[in-house]
Amino acid sequence: MSIDKFNRHPTIEGDVIMAQFLQQLINGISLGSIYALLALGYTMVYGIIKLINFAHGDIYMVGAYIGYAVTKYLGLGFMPALLISMAACGVLGILIEKLAYKPLRNSSRISTLITAIAVSLFIEYTMMFFVKPDSRTFPKVLSNNKVDLLGGEVLLDIKNIYIILVTIVLMILLQYIVNKTKIGKAMRAVALDKDAAQLMGVDIDKTISFTFLIGSALAGAAGVLVGVYYNTINPLMGTTPGLKAFISAVLGGIGIIPGAVFGGFFLGMVETLVSAYGNSIFKDAVAFSILIIVLLVKPDGLLGKAVKEKV
Amino acid sequence: MNKKMYVIFLLVLGLCLIVGCATNTSSNNGETIRVGLNYELSGSVATYGQGLTEGIELAVEEINNSGGVLGKQLELIKLDNKSEDTESANIATRLATRDNVVAILGAATSGNTKAAIPAAMANKIPIISGSATADDITMDSDGNIREYVFKTCFSDSYQGIVMAEFATNDLGIKKVAILADSTSDYAKGLSKSFKETFEKYGGKILIEEAYKSKDTDFKAVLTSIKSVNPDAIFIPGYYEEVGLIVRQARELGLDVPILGGDGYESPKFAEISGKEAANNVFYSNHYSPMDDSEEVVGFRERFKKKYNKEPNGFNALGYDLAYLLKDALERAEEANPEKLKKALESTKDFKGVTGTITIDENHNPIKSTTIIELKDGVPVFLKKLDPK
Repeated sequence: MSIDKFNRHPTIEGDVIMAQFLQQLINGISLGSIYALLALGYTMVYGIIKLINFAHGDIYMVGAYIGYAVTKYLGLGFMPALLISMAACGVLGILIEKLAYKPLRNSSRISTLITAIAVSLFIEYTMMFFVKPDSRTFPKVLSNNKVDLLGGEVLLDIKNIYIILVTIVLMILLQYIVNKTKIGKAMRAVALDKDAAQLMGVDIDKTISFTFLIGSALAGAAGVLVGVYYNTINPLMGTTPGLKAFISAVLGGIGIIPGAVFGGFFLGMVETLVSAYGNSIFKDAVAFSILIIVLLVKPDGLLGKAVKEKV
Repeated sequence: MNKKMYVIFLLVLGLCLIVGCATNTSSNNGETIRVGLNYELSGSVATYGQGLTEGIELAVEEINNSGGVLGKQLELIKLDNKSEDTESANIATRLATRDNVVAILGAATSGNTKAAIPAAMANKIPIISGSATADDITMDSDGNIREYVFKTCFSDSYQGIVMAEFATNDLGIKKVAILADSTSDYAKGLSKSFKETFEKYGGKILIEEAYKSKDTDFKAVLTSIKSVNPDAIFIPGYYEEVGLIVRQARELGLDVPILGGDGYESPKFAEISGKEAANNVFYSNHYSPMDDSEEVVGFRERFKKKYNKEPNGFNALGYDLAYLLKDALERAEEANPEKLKKALESTKDFKGVTGTITIDENHNPIKSTTIIELKDGVPVFLKKLDPK
């Protein structure tokens, strides 16, 4: 790099720097929303059965393809596509749990982890067989309108607004389900102590299925949002965001729902700000370094509470 | 324990025998001339491999219909490397050792071609790429020529020079931002030579940023590029990412010209970027359909008849590649890799649709370049530059 970093903005005034910062904030929040939606699925499943569901990123990919099929071949709009994709992914999540994870519920953690990786590869390459490995372009379902802020210096795309709004609505809904409903209470009970919950009459199987349903539906929503926002989808699109979402979940404290949301937005902002004010080459390196530092200093995640291992 | 080892040993031995037999049964029976194709038929740069293969298949069909080469038919062994370099290396080994090909054509990108080179060199089979533009394809880092490696397209350093000259002289651009794919040899080569030439002409590189292949979010880096107000952005890379970058740049109101290389040549480019965004985009390319030479007109007609669409640059490169091979085989007078290599080295004034090709002492071609502009996603011929 031969550019003098100190002279990068020699004549730009404060307003423009501010505008640029706001623009980067919008970019970061949009990216963070996607990570947060995905991280929720990881964290919920981990919270309830202590399984890192590596197939989660692939459910998100399937969600994107369902959204693609529904908008392209049935000609439906954004909202119906989002709902259909969420429903279908929810069902897929339950199926995966019933077929792959339930038979292994009492085996060692490493067996279920390996199964999760196998399920991930199975979904990726089955999809590749049916939809071909080439990337596809998502049909245009939202207008290209933009909102100009600060006299055109900051552009807020309609798609950004949709991503952020959908994410917020889904998170409020999730918070309501987990904290105010009976099934939410059952989920919290199973997460806390599975055997005790069972003794109290909680239907463990139903509760775990429900957790997969919700987590996978959120992944499906993220898939459709990404398809609409970035316009291209392919059968391996789930791997990198899946990994990033997993990091988000760990950053915030895996198993804690607000932690996943926080971690997602945090990672989105870090990546954006590193490319904006540091160097875009180091974007991922910085994200992973932060993860290592957090794990060293606070192994339970930023929002995690240290819980003593039950003996 | 010992017994177990013995069983494993026997199994391995058996496996070797089976593999060995397979090699023998599929060896060349001498009735056809086998040519291996190692191409990106699926994956992230699939349209390049598919395009080249279409061109090659058209040419081979024509060659076989008019009596073949040296009285034999050409037989293509087409394999998909999935746009991955490990797969490309595997395929090259398979073609060279199991299928007994006389030459390997491919791969499409520089990275995948480089992965295939060791297998071809070890087995002394000529490998010819029609589109691997990296400078160090035919030469290793010490400047030694790789004996069995040839290419029939211009080099990245040349593309970078052409685009820098075009930016300075034709567009009057003085300040440029570079956004390069940090994971590809191709993009690195292009940025280096573009930068050197552009600065030599008094231009200024304001900022150099990078992305990784398969990235999807470029808004952060584009926002910081926008803040330095460049006259143009130079984005060496491949269509999947560049299509997305162009789209996101236009969404952020960054409407300056976008310059690049032959990686933009794909029908998917405008599909990904959207037609409205694919304006004010310029790139260097191997071929132009606007050329009215006898070769190009005839090629377009025959291509349209077979595939029912306009040929693009990669189709043309593939077509030339197959005819260049035929030309060399005829001069070699025998379908023998060693003789073929010698014939390829002495290729002179071969008239193809992508220009007249002479292979120089470094196994690189001397040929012309064209500059294409995208207008509403449609590639339009701008000018042709002859080699210096």
